[in-house]
Parts: sequence; structure tokens; C-alpha cells
Amino acid sequence: MSIIDTVLNDFFWRALIGGLGVALIAGPLGCFVVWRRMAYFGDTLAHSALLGIALSFLFSLPLNLGVLITSVVLAMALLLFSRNKTLATDTLLGILAHSALAIGLVALSFMPDVRIDLTGLLFGDLLAMNRNDLLWIYGGAVVILTLLAVLWRGLLMSTIHEELARVEGVPVERLRLLLMLMFALVIAVAMKMVGVLLITAMLIIPAATARRLASTPEQMAALAVGFGFVAVAGGLSMSWHLDTPAGPSVVVTAFATFLVVYGGAGRLSASRPA
Amino acid sequence: MDEPLVAIENLTVRFDDRPVVDRVSLVLHRGDIITIIGPNGAGKTTLIKAVLGIQAATSGRILRAKGVVIGYVPQHLSLESTLPLSVERFMLLSGQPLAACVAALDRTGVSHLLKASVHHLSGGEQQRLLLARALVRKPDLLVLDEPAQGVDINGQAALYDLIRQLRDELNCGVIMISHDLHLVMAATDKVICLNQHVCCSGHPADISHDPAFIETFGRPVAESLAVYHHNHNHSHDLSGNVVGTDHSGSANEHGECDHEHH
Repeated sequence: MSIIDTVLNDFFWRALIGGLGVALIAGPLGCFVVWRRMAYFGDTLAHSALLGIALSFLFSLPLNLGVLITSVVLAMALLLFSRNKTLATDTLLGILAHSALAIGLVALSFMPDVRIDLTGLLFGDLLAMNRNDLLWIYGGAVVILTLLAVLWRGLLMSTIHEELARVEGVPVERLRLLLMLMFALVIAVAMKMVGVLLITAMLIIPAATARRLASTPEQMAALAVGFGFVAVAGGLSMSWHLDTPAGPSVVVTAFATFLVVYGGAGRLSASRPA
Repeated sequence: MDEPLVAIENLTVRFDDRPVVDRVSLVLHRGDIITIIGPNGAGKTTLIKAVLGIQAATSGRILRAKGVVIGYVPQHLSLESTLPLSVERFMLLSGQPLAACVAALDRTGVSHLLKASVHHLSGGEQQRLLLARALVRKPDLLVLDEPAQGVDINGQAALYDLIRQLRDELNCGVIMISHDLHLVMAATDKVICLNQHVCCSGHPADISHDPAFIETFGRPVAESLAVYHHNHNHSHDLSGNVVGTDHSGSANEHGECDHEHH
């Protein structure tokens, strides 16, 4: 107990453990973001997190819960709106993303008693991670990884060919909804780490980096987790030694890894893996 | 007689009040090959989506036999290049054991591609992979959406011939969409010419004389089909070998006959 306590009492270790937990879920989920071209969707959900924070203060809810509820509601709204095809999806997402962000900022300005660190919300405050945050992250990881493991074949099939999957009896619509709910959950738990503006980076960059080296979907998910770990560990040490903000440092490390893998792999072999 | 695999009664599908499929009826039994032809926007794809059960009907009924397994061969596999996927993995996603997957790939002639990436297949290989993917589920009903798209002309004949053989082996029903009028005529029992409504239907040899068919496709097409029918009763592979006899159950056995000799 005492060792665990010592570790958890150290803000640096808390940050590292939390960051690795986020990387663990962002890896496989990020693959689906890349495969299904949902990057902009992830961004929209993330932007709505700020509105969730404002609402949490208004109704005195725990921040994570408020963010989770807002993301879920927005995901449902998007699902409904996207059935009506008058507006292109990216237009719709653009409207909702920035409106949610703006409404969140305006709502917060109406609460002068609430003192919040806006920079921390937008760009992450990894070093301020507390034990409660760790509980959220690892609770979320258990839920998401279990769901992904159980639903993997159906999710993969409906990503590869939606109609073929439907003919074969895969509940495509229900899986789409579940996937959106998982995004909402990952945003609620990852927000503190890299902030609402950089969450999508944690989903996309490790997955895209992994694509270069993977020849099966499962390999890509596992490698994405690995590259996420590298980004978190590298970003934190960068932050420690150079006194840079932790969230952006993590993203910068992820990007550097991406460049190295794509540049290096290009030089090693002319032919791309499967 | 045996129960039909699929029976469609008076099916209408409307998008925004515009009827895309208008009062279409059809019945498909085991062993039947029905081909749907028709101009662009005629509702062919919507009709087979209704057969597949992934398109809701505005009115009318679609009856499928109980427990019928459908093998669906979509037009193509438009896969994100970000998703790494081998032929083997794609086949295994059907939930069938590897041996069955390899056997299905063997049957469609692409088992040598087992370890290849799905992204690096040619049009013809992709179609044969999709056909194997449908086959591995041992379907009672095979539904194909333009199976010969992106396949060269000789490959097309071989592909339609393969579909006919599979119908015999699996004793399944086949319903397909095709634009390859000549080849369709040779490989099918019944043609339905769709232009929202069924403009005509029947045996391939009869339909090319049907005034409604001539009106939809124009006289040159209809005449070329009629001519084709009088003169041709088998298909060839690339080297000119006879690869199969065609419609009408003619007892004409070609055996090893090479068409080039006189």
C-alpha cells in the first residue's frame, strides 16, 4: 500500500499513469476514427466538452459526468441530424463543433464566481491529474476495452462494408451508436490530459503512425497503443526537462514519432506493408 | 412445388414521393437465375436491397423463406486504405473456419491470393474474392450487384459461367443486376427489365423481341441480342476454349471441343 501511495502522491507519476491509461483506450478507438473517417466527428464531440463543463458548474455535477452527458447528447443529436441529408455531414459538424465551443465559453463567462483555468481546459493540465481522474480513466478503459473486444468482429465488418455486414446480420446501427458513446466516454476521461482542442490528436496520430507498420487491423490497434505510450512518456519528460506545457508536449512527441516512422519506413522499404 | 426462396408482391419503394421501385412482383425458387437489367436510375439496386432486407418497402410485401442464408456480392469493396486487411483476414471475418475459407477461394480461383492485401487486388480478383466471401456462408440465395464490373470481357464470360456452376453446386437461387446484356442473355433463366416498374420479363430469347424491351434499350440493342441468340450457344475463355454451354438446357455437349476448328 505504501509504495502505491507514494507513487500516487507524486504528481508526475499520477500524470504518467493517467496518460498511459488514456493511450490504452485512444489506440484502438483511434483506429476506428481513422478507418471510418470520423476525425471531424471526434473534434466536434471534444469541442462540446467545454459546454459540458459549464453545465457541470451550473448543476454542480462532477466535471467528468457533465462532459460525458453533453457528449452523449451531442452524439445522439448528430446521429439524428445526419439522417436528414440536407446538410453535408462536415458542414453540420462544423456548425455544431464551434457553436458548442462558443456556447460553452459564453456560458462560463456568466459565472464570475467560477474560477477555472481555461488554458488547462483547452490544452490540458496533465500534471494536475488527481486520484479521482485516474479512477475515471481506468474505469473508462475497462468499459471501452471490454466492449471493443466483445464487438470487434461486428465493428470491423461494418467498417469494411456496411451493407455486407447488415446482410450478414451485424447490428450496424446499434454498433455505430455504441462507438459514438465510446468516443463520448474517451473525451470525458481524456479531456484533462490534453484538453478539448488536442484530444483528437491523441486518437488520430498514434493510429496513423501505426498504419505504416501494421498488416492486420489488430496489429494496428496494438501498435497505436504503443505509439500512444511513447507520446505520453516522451511528452511528460519533455515537459519535465524543458518546462513546456504537458498536453501540447505529448502531442508534439506523437507528431515527431509519426514523422520518424513515416520517414524511416519510407527509406527502409519502397513497398508499403499491406 | 417447393417453397419459393423469395417472393416479392407489389413492392413499391419511394424516395421523397418519387417511386424508385413501382409495384414490382417477382418469385425466385431454388435453382433459378434471375437477372435484372435496366437503364441507370431504374431502381435495380433498390430492388435487390429490398430482397436483401436492407431497404424498407413503402408498400407491398417481401417474403423470404425461413432460415434462408443470403450470400451478397456487392458492386465493389471500397475499402479505406488506412485499414490493413489481407484476403485471409477478410474471409475469416465471415466467422467460418480457415479450411472453408480456402476452399471457397479455391472455387472462385483466387486461393493463391490468401496472404495478399485486399488493397492490391485487380477488379477481377476483387470480384472473385467477394464471390468467395458470399460462397463460404453456403448461401441458399446468391445476390449479386453487377458482379462483372471492372472485369475484362473474357473474364466476364468466365465469371457468369462460374455463377451458373455455383448455382448447380449449391442448388441456390441467384438474383443479379447486370449491364452486360449479351453475357446475361447466355447465363440466365429469366430476365426482368426494370424501369421503375417491370417493363417486361421472361426468357432471354423471348424478351429481346418484346416491344417494351425494344423501347427501353432501342432497336439496335434488341436486334444484336436476337442475332446473338441465334448464333451462339457457348462461351469461351481467353484461349478460345469452350468454357460452358449456355441457357435453355440444350443437351449439346461440347466436351473438349475447340471452337476454332472447322
